[in-house]
Amino acid sequence: MITVSNKCIGCGKCVPVCPFAAVQMIDKKAVMNEACTFCGACVQVCPVDAITIEREDPIHKDFSAHKGVWVFIELEDAHTKGKPAKLIRKVGRELLSEGRKLADTLGEELCAVVLTDKNPGYEKEIGAYGADKVYLVENSELVEYNTDVFSTVIVALINRHKPSVCLYPATIMGRDLAPRVATAIYVGLTADCTALSIKDGLLLQSRPAFGGNIMADILSPNSRPQMATVRPNVMKLSEPIDKVAVVINEDIKINKNIKRVKVIERKIVHDKASAKIENSDVIVSGGRGMKDINKFKVLEELASSLNGMVGASRAAVDLGFKEKTRQVGQSGTTVSPKLYVACGISGAVQHIVGMKSSDIIIAINKDPNAPIFNVAKYGIVGDVHNIVPKLVKAVQKRIKK
Amino acid sequence: MHIAVCVKQVPDSTEIKIDMETGTLIRAGVPSILNPYDHFALQKAIELKKAHNCKLTVISMGPPQAKAVVQMGLALGADDGVLLSDRAFAGSDTWATSYIISKAIRKIGKIDIILCGMQAIDGDTAQVGPGIAQHLAMPQVTFCEDIKIDGKKIIVRKLIDGGYEIIEAQSPALFTMIMEKDFEPRYPAFLDIHNSLDKPYHQWSMDDIGAEEQYIGLKGSPTQVDRIYPPPAREKAEMISGGVNEAVEKIVDIFEKENFLKI
Repeated sequence: MITVSNKCIGCGKCVPVCPFAAVQMIDKKAVMNEACTFCGACVQVCPVDAITIEREDPIHKDFSAHKGVWVFIELEDAHTKGKPAKLIRKVGRELLSEGRKLADTLGEELCAVVLTDKNPGYEKEIGAYGADKVYLVENSELVEYNTDVFSTVIVALINRHKPSVCLYPATIMGRDLAPRVATAIYVGLTADCTALSIKDGLLLQSRPAFGGNIMADILSPNSRPQMATVRPNVMKLSEPIDKVAVVINEDIKINKNIKRVKVIERKIVHDKASAKIENSDVIVSGGRGMKDINKFKVLEELASSLNGMVGASRAAVDLGFKEKTRQVGQSGTTVSPKLYVACGISGAVQHIVGMKSSDIIIAINKDPNAPIFNVAKYGIVGDVHNIVPKLVKAVQKRIKK
Repeated sequence: MHIAVCVKQVPDSTEIKIDMETGTLIRAGVPSILNPYDHFALQKAIELKKAHNCKLTVISMGPPQAKAVVQMGLALGADDGVLLSDRAFAGSDTWATSYIISKAIRKIGKIDIILCGMQAIDGDTAQVGPGIAQHLAMPQVTFCEDIKIDGKKIIVRKLIDGGYEIIEAQSPALFTMIMEKDFEPRYPAFLDIHNSLDKPYHQWSMDDIGAEEQYIGLKGSPTQVDRIYPPPAREKAEMISGGVNEAVEKIVDIFEKENFLKI
């Protein structure tokens, strides 16, 4: 319950700070409406301590049987000739690296969960990134992802082994699967996390909201496992170690009839133009400051000189300078290349959350106060239309030497 | 066929700015809008309704002022509208929200197709759609760009990494929609708004939909917000000074030093 006592002086300070527009002033007193999420932003600014949030006493359920940090491993097609086994997506290694730290803090095991038609020896790569065990379900019905089949199998595994934490990649697959599982077993699920830690034995899940304008820390104290989807390209990879995870073969019956939707066509484009920007080591991005689509093209030259790809801010995509698949940011793709060159991008928060973990960020912008300079390692104040063409020439000249 | 489309009223997050002094959101003057992904789902639902003579119900959950997005749905062509509003719903997370909406859909009765936006731009979770489907034991296809009805089949184009899938489903099923590249949102004309005022509109409470108190609001929500805070500030960039030519050479030096000038 959130209550406003008679101490309220009607100053209205709590109205603008509410991220959810849940506070209204009625008869000179703050009143919270249905949009309230009990985040406490109003409590922090109230000058007279008139607002209190009473949380229900935590239900003292016994969770001591729930042990283990789990990572759901997403597999992807190997784009080579023949019919090779699927590969572990990079985000799986990222989640194992992060999961290892959580498991060590909790003093629990780190376990990977793999659903596949055939295991070519995933336990080696999984062990190298720190996992102790792999729960492996091998079944011909698991050759392709299907919501009904995968969610049923995951629910069965969770019920059987009772983990304390379950992490999923915040990918198209993970974001389809995890909410289905969480709803089925009535546990908390936090979407699109960018940081995880342990607070008083609980999983503290940090995520951006409102297009990255604010951060929220989320807890799921009263249910197990505590589940989260985690953004790709945010967690740092650990150094691979010499370890093989122990394979636990799980026998789970899968009834074919539970598949209720059918894929009748799958089209994947493999040409250079459709390469994924998140896999590029170098990204040259342009924003509104590139002015028009023709001037934007100089970025292609710079990117190709550096063996990189071209990205774009949301503004540049909205203006038609670049296709949506190259959009970097909250509503586009999160990237963390070795080099990110931001040209004519002012640095709206929704853009910054999608690229701030890049190793080296270089920003070129005419406005010395542009927020992009707050995340860049190197900044140049100036006209991109003058600087970038000169930069292309200088790079090409230096390479020839 | 009976289609239900679930919509949410959200603050326009592209208009939100941060007060760097206090680290709080500046909301003043930020308009409330129909969540853009829901807007797309609504227009797709209206297309299906026109092509196949379906009945279309628009559903939202929120404070009383969220009636605006239900009315927008009615003005754009939905047949009836429901707003789920009750102080007891406050604090609902995605689990509780999808429970509440699923209870409302059960009350409406036989629904063949449920459309949702893939996510709302305020929370960005993409969890409520799949949650509703699970509560109703329905199949789902998420992140769809297009939907068509072909006899008894529903055919959707789903976005996947690097391409798309064409997926066939049977009703009842739930689909979450991602915007097509060339999506142009339509807004109702004055006359449409005027004419929609006579369409059936209901506001339902917890008791109206038979939701159990233990599963809704803060108490029914397994996740809790521990803290909200501004994104951490970072160190300022090292500014490269001098003339343009000098600055360009300095950048190339950095490229070379960091080993980016490979052929």
